[in-house]
Amino acid sequence: MQRLNEDEIDEVRKQNEIKYDFTTNVKPAYQVQKGLSRSVVEEMSREKKEPDWMRNIRLKALDIFLSKPVPTWGPDLSELNFDELTYYIKPEDRKANSWEEVPKEIKDTFDKLGVPEMEKKYLAGSVAQLQSEGVYSRLKKQWEDKGVVFMDMDSAVQKHPDIVREHFGRVVPPSDNKFAALNTAVWSGGSFLYVPRGVHLDLPVQAYFRMNGALEGQFERTLIIAEPGASVHYLEGCTAPTYSQYSLHAAIVEVYVKSGGKVRYTSIQNWSDNIINGPTKRSWVEENARMEWVQGSLGSKITMTYPSSILRGEYATTSNLNLALGIGPVWKDNGAKVVHAAPNTSSKVVAKSISGRGGMSVYRGQLRINPGAYNSKASVQCDALILDDISKSNTYPHNEILEESASFSHEASVGKISEDQVDYLMSRGIREEDARSLIVLGFLDDVLKEIPLEYSIEFNKLVKLEMNKYGAVG
Amino acid sequence: MISNVFSIKDLRVSVGEKEILKGVTITVKSGEIHALMGPNGTGKSTLAHTIVGSLRYKVNSGELLINDVNLKDLQVYERARAGLFVAFQEPVSVQGLRFINYLRTAYSSLHPNEKLEYKKFVEEVKELLTYFGLDSSFIERGLNDGLSGGEKKRMEALQMLILKPKFIILDEIDSGLDVDALRVVSKAIAKAKENGAGIIIITHYQRILDYIKPDFVHVLINGKIAESGNGDLAKLIEERGYEYYKGGEASAKIE
Repeated sequence: MQRLNEDEIDEVRKQNEIKYDFTTNVKPAYQVQKGLSRSVVEEMSREKKEPDWMRNIRLKALDIFLSKPVPTWGPDLSELNFDELTYYIKPEDRKANSWEEVPKEIKDTFDKLGVPEMEKKYLAGSVAQLQSEGVYSRLKKQWEDKGVVFMDMDSAVQKHPDIVREHFGRVVPPSDNKFAALNTAVWSGGSFLYVPRGVHLDLPVQAYFRMNGALEGQFERTLIIAEPGASVHYLEGCTAPTYSQYSLHAAIVEVYVKSGGKVRYTSIQNWSDNIINGPTKRSWVEENARMEWVQGSLGSKITMTYPSSILRGEYATTSNLNLALGIGPVWKDNGAKVVHAAPNTSSKVVAKSISGRGGMSVYRGQLRINPGAYNSKASVQCDALILDDISKSNTYPHNEILEESASFSHEASVGKISEDQVDYLMSRGIREEDARSLIVLGFLDDVLKEIPLEYSIEFNKLVKLEMNKYGAVG
Repeated sequence: MISNVFSIKDLRVSVGEKEILKGVTITVKSGEIHALMGPNGTGKSTLAHTIVGSLRYKVNSGELLINDVNLKDLQVYERARAGLFVAFQEPVSVQGLRFINYLRTAYSSLHPNEKLEYKKFVEEVKELLTYFGLDSSFIERGLNDGLSGGEKKRMEALQMLILKPKFIILDEIDSGLDVDALRVVSKAIAKAKENGAGIIIITHYQRILDYIKPDFVHVLINGKIAESGNGDLAKLIEERGYEYYKGGEASAKIE
């Protein structure tokens, strides 16, 4: 990843002074009445002019959703009332392929978020979603010519029904968990990325998800298929304005990395602090293929996310780098899941969390090495930094090593900022809050350096802001 | 050369309930090297930490001044900005904080009016790493992360040169250094002196003073300066040992 010095970072930071907390004044082109029912699901499907098979998938998933209890093993979800949410809000009828075609108010929104700018600078393609629908998608022509497909998921159902039908809901079945069932019933938007055999995208593609109201649900669905030998870096950004009432974001991401392929999935969520965020992300990794998850969790009120990799083929590998800020009245329940289902597979999980101002950061992991997954290797490292006495951190690693020839290591640490470190940095002229920022950013560095600059700057900014608050107290 | 004065005046310092420094006075001018010698547990490191401004060390009375600026009222970082640099006996390490980023932040904090040219700065740091026999990859490494004791000491000496302080306090910079490292660190101290810094070398042993001759030597015994003299005093201490101060006139003065 690129390394800039502080001057250059300051420069980018100035250019990137993004304010997320604003609302887009659009009158939705269409929306369903609030609450969830069979008729709402049918209405959505009809509005989307979907084929029968998709409507049937939705209705089945709805039954599963209704039969499953709200999970109680993690953060407190009692606030969540499924009857008061609006499940489908379409801001705009048209789907644009150039920013000029996007209605002004919506384009202004994405301009403020810097999305067209990022696209121009370093993306091979871009999908932008407001509320329930993709409003813009574009892939550079050179990649289109090579057979790459990148578009919003609803369009993919219409244009590539066979590929979608073959892969949809196979890696994350609706029965996986309550949020996965909900997503499958009411999914809308998201992105579809198909990379043909042997094609390497040298620039990332990005999907940007923007929520807009309170008591809104966003349930995008992402499907990524890398054919044998293909490689791609998929980036995901998420923001929303702040409201006193919550909104729910529950996505599903399914990734297929076929033999010898490589997918990196970088997700930076900076949801406002009224968002309950429960996405289910999972990848299917074939022989000699590699899946990399990079998760940066800055915002949201509650996040529950455990990106998983199923190492299905021999010599498949995966890494899962996770960075979570649990600062303020929030609960970050982050983790990773890996299943070693073939010999000679390897996995590496690194999770770093920071808890402050009463926040809770949890690492919840599951690692399984199946019998017969000979010589597989796995390592899990989770480090937590707690900034004060009112914040918490917990670790729940669940490891099942069922193969004798496999090797596995697990390291965990929980600590505070060392006052000796602060003194040392201060003795070199650095102010206390800056010293604390440097120490915290150093703690995060392993993962932070893997995050694209435009987003890692957000972490820098946030950490510095937080440390200033601590500096003021003592 | 601008002449500055660092004064430690009748300094009394406690750690917890215990008084460690019982009235220490040392005056250091720009371009002077002072050696502060003494046996273990006599208050040498307490003096260094007190000068840094660590809150654990309570100043009961006395003054710490750079020219007219009273350091007692200043926070740790403000003292550094006033021109102080203390090389620690056991420097901390900070994982993931890249040395060059740290150093650059420190430099800009200490010299806010200078426009730092990053590329030139990096080159300078790399040259100094080579000078001290350190790997130039240390520049990208976490601050002191995974370094040996001797390497950390050389990194402290490097910072002493690059950060251009007015006054330098070296707390047992010689411990953990082999002969070659000791020689290069001594050369660095001489360079700092040439640059106009006033320096206090705190040491238990006379060894480093074979490589760098101090202008003044002070012997700290039981929290008090038992004797002060010119550079030749170090030799005398070597011959007599600190035992000398436990009897006779000097110790009688103390308690």
